[in-house]
Amino acid sequence: MADVMRPEKLDMSNDTSSLGSPELLHVLAVDDSIVDRKFIERLLRVSSCKVTVVDSATRALQYLGLDGNHSSVGFEDLKINLIMTDYSMPGMTGYELMKKIKESSAFREIPVVIMSSENILPRIDRCLEEGAEDFLLKPVKLADVKRLRDSLLKADEMAFKNIMHKRELQANDIYSQLKRAKI
Amino acid sequence: LHAMNTVVAQLQRRFQDYLVSLYQQGFLDNQFTELRKLQDEGTPDFVAEVVSLFFDDCSKLINSMSRSLERPENVDFKQVDSGVHQLKGSSSSVGARRVKNVCISFKECCDVQNREGCLRCLQQVDYEYKMLKTKLQDLFNLEQQIVQAGGAIPQVNIN
Repeated sequence: MADVMRPEKLDMSNDTSSLGSPELLHVLAVDDSIVDRKFIERLLRVSSCKVTVVDSATRALQYLGLDGNHSSVGFEDLKINLIMTDYSMPGMTGYELMKKIKESSAFREIPVVIMSSENILPRIDRCLEEGAEDFLLKPVKLADVKRLRDSLLKADEMAFKNIMHKRELQANDIYSQLKRAKI
Repeated sequence: LHAMNTVVAQLQRRFQDYLVSLYQQGFLDNQFTELRKLQDEGTPDFVAEVVSLFFDDCSKLINSMSRSLERPENVDFKQVDSGVHQLKGSSSSVGARRVKNVCISFKECCDVQNREGCLRCLQQVDYEYKMLKTKLQDLFNLEQQIVQAGGAIPQVNIN
């Protein structure tokens, strides 16, 4: 039996990162399927992310300035928080794209998530070994994106807390030194 | 005002019943529900736009696979396989269950280079996507009627 419910308005509120500024997660999505691009873009927008979508690994590298045609000048300001790429793409695969990203000093810290319609264990292992943040089976669910986002924001928060703790320790250390010097 | 409410309620009922029947008859699966979840008052055409892209994709892929299968002495099974893979992927993404299922058989025919089997599957996939296109057009028309009558589109839970 089906229930009829009132449609709920989707939550489009901007999350503020724990670092204090209302920055949205900026996601670069890569997929050669036009249907999947439209789908993932909406999925990410609904999850309060800023989205850039490209249709190939080559275009992704161009966007990041990693295609060999640019120096890194001008791309340091590019704030990408997450890259989500399809695995099977003509030309360069998502796996090969990830390797190139991991090789670059500018972008190797950015988490890369691989998406695939095929549940092939050796493939999944290979991607995770190469440094993929996660491997998602297509079609990707809202819950998958939410989980990703939450864990990234949490990682952000952890990094922030670590910085604050470190500062606190440093402040205590200076205070102790001053005390000993009887200033 | 009461008469208006009845009209809206009737349309909503028709919409709900029709949508449920599409799931029950296997045209749609849970992924279509996921698509509907992504649509709201601010983006009322999202589902229609995605499925429109899907149907264009179907048409394009079916044409190119048809060309690849045309001459019995020179079938490019690699190209056909690539087309089936893409079709399976996009049908899976929109919840087009019957189309997706044909693709599974289609891939098997391709794997063993069975041209006759491939041609049958091609014909079937063509039939299924066109059938779904008609059904969804009817569904979107019902949606349109609800909106024009001042009602809200029901969120339908499929169990």
